Amino acid sequence: MTKIKTLADLRKMKEEAQSKIKLRENSANPDQVVQVKVGMATCGIASGAKETMKYFVEELEQEAIDAVVTQTGCMGYCYAEPTVEVKLPGKEPLVYGHVNKEKVHEIIDKYIKRGELVDGIIPVSFRTIDD
Amino acid sequence: MKTLSEHILDIVQNSVSAKSTLIEIIVEEDKITDLYSLIIRDNGCGMSKETLAKAINPFFTSRTTRKVGLGIPLLKHNAEAAGGSFSLESELNVGTVLTARFQLSNIDRPPLGDIWETLYLMFLSYTDGNLVYRHKTEKGGFQISSDELKEVLGDVSYQQKEIREGILELIKSNLEEIGITK
Repeated sequence: MTKIKTLADLRKMKEEAQSKIKLRENSANPDQVVQVKVGMATCGIASGAKETMKYFVEELEQEAIDAVVTQTGCMGYCYAEPTVEVKLPGKEPLVYGHVNKEKVHEIIDKYIKRGELVDGIIPVSFRTIDD
Repeated sequence: MKTLSEHILDIVQNSVSAKSTLIEIIVEEDKITDLYSLIIRDNGCGMSKETLAKAINPFFTSRTTRKVGLGIPLLKHNAEAAGGSFSLESELNVGTVLTARFQLSNIDRPPLGDIWETLYLMFLSYTDGNLVYRHKTEKGGFQISSDELKEVLGDVSYQQKEIREGILELIKSNLEEIGITK
């Protein structure tokens, strides 16, 4: 593939790949897809949340799972960063702590794909935060 | 925080929480004055004089989930440790400007890090407004914004492999052109 250096190159690449590419329908009805929110406040970033988020994007894509990966703020579990909130369609969100590369793999493989719970869930009456 | 990218990712969250519709990240390297400056400017809700005075205090935060707020103090510390300076200006309902200056040649200046990955993640998450990144070195400048990307890519998911790689390559190759690596 030719090198992408300008926005025009990017547009061309997009048009070439258009047939394979699905529209961003997931943001229109987020309840239908897997939602992954990575805690990305100071504590999360310092613990490597950037890598965690990157792996989520890459692995979910590889596994062809429809998902929205976004950042969120600090959930108050700074000791367990990087923390990740995973919400499967029609289920209550779960929060996992200490999510490194291996854990990302485990969460996707077991929880997201098969619905089995994985170690490292942060219990308590967790409520999703708005920011 | 080991890299400037991580600081940027962190500080921009403040601008996002401030409901900004325009966030500008400007990095400038100047060998003549030996300065490396990072400016983050937004048009969010801003801060009152009282809040502004407290923002550099690590024991102040606007959050309720925890009692400390380390993002700004850590950046200030890193700038000052690298022979630089730090300033924060803000006006209610107008916006906030954060400036961190580092001595370019200082060994304690954090490296930029993988800014392309960082920008990609920010473009992925921040969809409420325009996020602009500008980088200037003596070899030239580069600018990219989320509005431009949106214009080119439309409704396609940025998580799509081809698109993700395309965005990363666009940023990376242009930055390499003006002499920037990790």
